[in-house]
Amino acid sequence: MSRARWVAIGREPSPRLRAVLTTCSFLLPLALWALVSYVPWIWHPLMRIDSPGDVAWFKPGLLVERPAFAEENAKAVAAGGHAATGRPANPVFLPAPHEVGRAFWTAFTTPPILRGEPWLHQSLALSIKTIFWGFVISSLVGVPLGIVCGAYGPVSRLFEPVIDFVRYMPAPAFGALAVAVLGIYDAPKIAIIVLGTFFQQVLVIANTVRRHDPALVEAAQTLGARPGQLLLRVIVPSCLVDIYNDQRILLGWAWTYLIVAEVVGVSSGITFFINQQAKYRNFDNVYAAIIIIGVIGLTTDQALAFLGRQIFVWKDPRPTGIRNFFQRLFAGRDVLLFPDNDQPPTGS
Amino acid sequence: MSAPVEDFLPDYRAQSPAVADRFRRLKERPVVLDVEHLGRQFAGNDGGIVTALRDVSFRVHRREFICVIGPSGCGKSTLIRLVAGLEQPTSGRILLDGHEVHGPGPDRGMVFQGYTLFPWLTVKRNVMFGLTMKGMSLSQADSEARQWIDLVGLSRFQDSYPAQLSGGMKQRTAIARALAAQPRILLMDEPFGALDAQTRCQMQMHLMEIWRNVDVTILFITHDLDEAVLLADRILVLKAHPGEVQELIEVSVPRPRHADQFTAPEFLATRRRIDELIHPRTESAVEKLPIVRLTQVGDDVE
Repeated sequence: MSRARWVAIGREPSPRLRAVLTTCSFLLPLALWALVSYVPWIWHPLMRIDSPGDVAWFKPGLLVERPAFAEENAKAVAAGGHAATGRPANPVFLPAPHEVGRAFWTAFTTPPILRGEPWLHQSLALSIKTIFWGFVISSLVGVPLGIVCGAYGPVSRLFEPVIDFVRYMPAPAFGALAVAVLGIYDAPKIAIIVLGTFFQQVLVIANTVRRHDPALVEAAQTLGARPGQLLLRVIVPSCLVDIYNDQRILLGWAWTYLIVAEVVGVSSGITFFINQQAKYRNFDNVYAAIIIIGVIGLTTDQALAFLGRQIFVWKDPRPTGIRNFFQRLFAGRDVLLFPDNDQPPTGS
Repeated sequence: MSAPVEDFLPDYRAQSPAVADRFRRLKERPVVLDVEHLGRQFAGNDGGIVTALRDVSFRVHRREFICVIGPSGCGKSTLIRLVAGLEQPTSGRILLDGHEVHGPGPDRGMVFQGYTLFPWLTVKRNVMFGLTMKGMSLSQADSEARQWIDLVGLSRFQDSYPAQLSGGMKQRTAIARALAAQPRILLMDEPFGALDAQTRCQMQMHLMEIWRNVDVTILFITHDLDEAVLLADRILVLKAHPGEVQELIEVSVPRPRHADQFTAPEFLATRRRIDELIHPRTESAVEKLPIVRLTQVGDDVE
């Protein structure tokens, strides 16, 4: 392969190369992690004691810093005793890949430490529920408001300055307030996610809608569309794909608010699980839980992207089996999505 | 340009009896569009006032095909946007069937150079758009849209999306969409400007065929001289800075028109007249560019 292909600006690599690069994008960090974990002379700042020899405070399995290990051994040998033996080890907060891999399974099967605490799958379900409701509530108000702000200048001037102001206040700052108003269980957590998402959402959607093609609006006007019809019949459908993609990005942002939201009031959900496992130094479970969040996020996003390609047929109108299914499902969908808000014709 | 070699051409104003009779009948028809002393100014970048159009007046009769032509910057696009109601004039007024125009409306359909089809709707739904705006039921709009799609020859593509169509097909859809709303006048803003030469020629013939068979008046903007002479009954020639009417030419080429007439004496005479108006002799001498010779002596291409 010529070197020029790697640095060609704006040129997409071939599908095969793309697949290879995508795989490498995940494999390279993993390889680095494996290198640090499995090659004894890379990093490994500690020694794990196998037999304590004649050092009084050494115990099998204990992790000791290398200088201390060498010093204690030297002392023991000088006193005529046996030196301790051990293997290089990494700190407990960096488990090896296979340990984390095992934890994906064991984290789900580890019973809760205290009675009444949730299992991992219960924690995850609670987190997903929190995200879902936070995002839905935010979207129910934020998307329509964003669309109206983007379409009508005066509305934008009325709402956007204050929204722009509030969005700089970190959502977690409202935590104490949310607990005071909404109690200590799920409601304040959902509220934090709503607060974190909503203000960005209005501004992002408004910006997207503002970028609509004015020529389409003009065309609709010369076809007799009245001002009230333009919004739902032209502006919204013309921005729908972009709004959908904005929503995907905003959902990702909602996830970033999850962790702070879940420590508000009674700690719950995946954050509770992570904190609890970290407390007991089960870092393999901690990593597994963090990675699970990433997997859930990526999977949701890819699923939504796939769904989007099926719904927004006009972007890439090639028939596929699954698309035919969706077309049957949404038969007459433009009527569903963009209902006629027509009044009977006025005059003639 | 040296002395014209086409001096054997007739006067562009000379009309055969048949053509003269046609124009007499055309002018007896009611006036659809009446543009009176239209002016349009807007603020320029340097804080001054730019006059895009000044005192433009003309009348368009029912089922007339009128072309507007002029050099770039003559305000021809501004003119058509004013007629469409997409911009407001600073002076003068526009009357459609005697009623003053205040904003965009379905009585003035428009075809844009950039197609402006709704990408999320199929060809048929695009054509139905204006009909459903009028409050027509979906089933009735559906059957009516089919007729217009048949008219522009796109029946096979009625369920395609605009992204799947070629430029010519997109513009045919746009024409069908505009006609379906049954406008009093069809405004066309350089509709074939983005098409390749061959497609453009087909579309011109197609448009004339449609115009012959549909009760519609057409105001057509172009910068292509041949296109104007081929299509128009009358040609409104504008001049630039500011945009003013230079002449309203009655095209003496007999109808029906076809591509063979490109070499007819009337055609060439009219075309030469417009060319003179748009590219005046005084400016037409191509300015000699101060180019330094960069090739070797003896290495000549001409």
